[in-house]
Amino acid sequence: MADQENKQYIIVHSAKYETTYNKKYLNRKVWEEPNFNLIKSFIPGTIIDILVKVGQVLNGRDSIVVLEAMKMYTDVQMPFKGKIVKINIEKGQKIPKGFIMIEIEPVA
Amino acid sequence: MSLKRSILDLRKRKDEVRLGGGDKAIEKQVAQGKLTARQRILAIVDEGSFHEYDMFVEHVGTDFNMGNKVLAGDGVVIGTGTIYGSPICIYAQDFTVEGGSLGLMHARKITKIMDHALKMRVPLIGINDSGGARIQEGVNSLAGYGEIFFRNTLSSGVIPQISVILGPCAGGAVYSPALTDFVFVVENISKMFITGPAVIKSVLGEDISMEALGGARVHAEITGNAHFFALSEKECFEQIKTLITYIPWNNTVRAKAFPPQEPKTKLKIENIVPADVRMPYDIRDIIKSITDASEFFEIMELFAANIVIGFGRMNGETVGFVANQPLVLAGVLDCDSSDKAARFIRYCNAFNIPIITLEDMPGYLPGVDQEHAGVIRHGAKILYSYSEATVPKITVIIRKAYGGGYIAMNSRHLRADFVFAWPTAEIAVMGPEGAANIVFRKEIAEAADPEAMRQQKIQEYKDKFANPYVAASKGYIDEVIEPQETRKILLHALQISMHKDIQSPSKKHGLPPF
Repeated sequence: MADQENKQYIIVHSAKYETTYNKKYLNRKVWEEPNFNLIKSFIPGTIIDILVKVGQVLNGRDSIVVLEAMKMYTDVQMPFKGKIVKINIEKGQKIPKGFIMIEIEPVA
Repeated sequence: MSLKRSILDLRKRKDEVRLGGGDKAIEKQVAQGKLTARQRILAIVDEGSFHEYDMFVEHVGTDFNMGNKVLAGDGVVIGTGTIYGSPICIYAQDFTVEGGSLGLMHARKITKIMDHALKMRVPLIGINDSGGARIQEGVNSLAGYGEIFFRNTLSSGVIPQISVILGPCAGGAVYSPALTDFVFVVENISKMFITGPAVIKSVLGEDISMEALGGARVHAEITGNAHFFALSEKECFEQIKTLITYIPWNNTVRAKAFPPQEPKTKLKIENIVPADVRMPYDIRDIIKSITDASEFFEIMELFAANIVIGFGRMNGETVGFVANQPLVLAGVLDCDSSDKAARFIRYCNAFNIPIITLEDMPGYLPGVDQEHAGVIRHGAKILYSYSEATVPKITVIIRKAYGGGYIAMNSRHLRADFVFAWPTAEIAVMGPEGAANIVFRKEIAEAADPEAMRQQKIQEYKDKFANPYVAASKGYIDEVIEPQETRKILLHALQISMHKDIQSPSKKHGLPPF
């Protein structure tokens, strides 16, 4: 339970209630609009292979990266037709979860 | 062998088993602030009441040179005893013997005492302190776990099942506690996780200590896997003994009644509950001013503290309390508090414990994280649990009862037996601020001074709807009561409900939204 000296408030249906926050509320994840042009790692792992070059145009579901995680090779694919704008990884690199591996932009 | 010699031989054999893993292993156990398996059992049960069985059971492992090894009692102690005179079955894994690892015979001892508990319809207490599956016994130890989980499920809702985590409890082993009714943990001693820090580090690169990953505090505060948190084993054993006094032996009887006592704290509403519904107070002060001797045995105190659950006694009989807590997160309902309350309501229903609901909540917690975490299906659990419960169900609305939360908190519409409201109660579709903004949107927008108009409309709505009388006029609440009458009226309602008997449609089982 949070320090009761510090006044904290929760707003429900326009009414502001004085209360205290708990740890989970304080640590809750603030939502961000997802940016589909950033290909992020969904799990920590090692980059086995990079199959694309900057400037290359690919179709949706084309393979771009092979990521090893949990003793498995995972095929990372283009989410839609697009161009490779930037590559932020190297072969053999260990990356954490949520790392921006490749940046793309949609191509009509 | 003469009789005397054979008796001496028996004693020697038993003494050898009681030594567990030997002096060195015991020393190590003690150095960690831990008691041994037998000491723990003796600390929980009434003096002189414990009887141990299967002392001479031997393990059956033969691979990896296990054939030559002697494991005292195969690393687990099972037996029966009493707590304040109530019979219980109990087992305790002995970490000093091969790390308390679970092999076939170890599991068979546990399932034997589990079968016994179910057959005799008495509570089962399991003390977990084990490194996990005995790898050398391979698939046999997996079979052992499966047999335990199956029995946990079979016994669920028939006999109380209590798990005490006094050491590591990792991998598949965690699922036995997870299937039981109450889990007890002790700071710095309990460790529960599916995948340990070493594997997490090697696979994911995340560096975390055992304590931070699955220590007692984590499970009591963050995951909700534990129901009771203690700073020492001694405190933990006291909690277990207290719990046993509040719950029945099985689902066909009531909890033991105690001599009735008046509350020690006299209810002074003007001192506890602020008139302004936006100001907080501790709902537990209200509970303690209602219960016998002002005693309240809180469950899951640290987890989802925006709802309070626990046992108290009314006129000597156990009652389960579910109460919104304005002190934390304004007492809102959210994913965690819904889970917490719903499970407790189902516990009370399974074990014939009447439920008193104290209501003061502004609604559901707004937020993307809540919506994406599934507050719809989690919130539905409260509706489900109250609706299916057939034990006496009594609600007291203290202040705010708004919107979906009003329905969920054991409203008349979910088959509450009695719904009382204090004159401070506000039963409405939402709070005056929100309602005025919607109902009078046009008037407010078009006014010369929108803010003044907003305040005026909020006041209008408040005067008209922020009270218990609209709901009372429809019969949704049975009586508007004076706060100081609360205990008296609850005692009466409980007395009237004593032999409540209603039937729900027959079914195999429902499909609660979990």
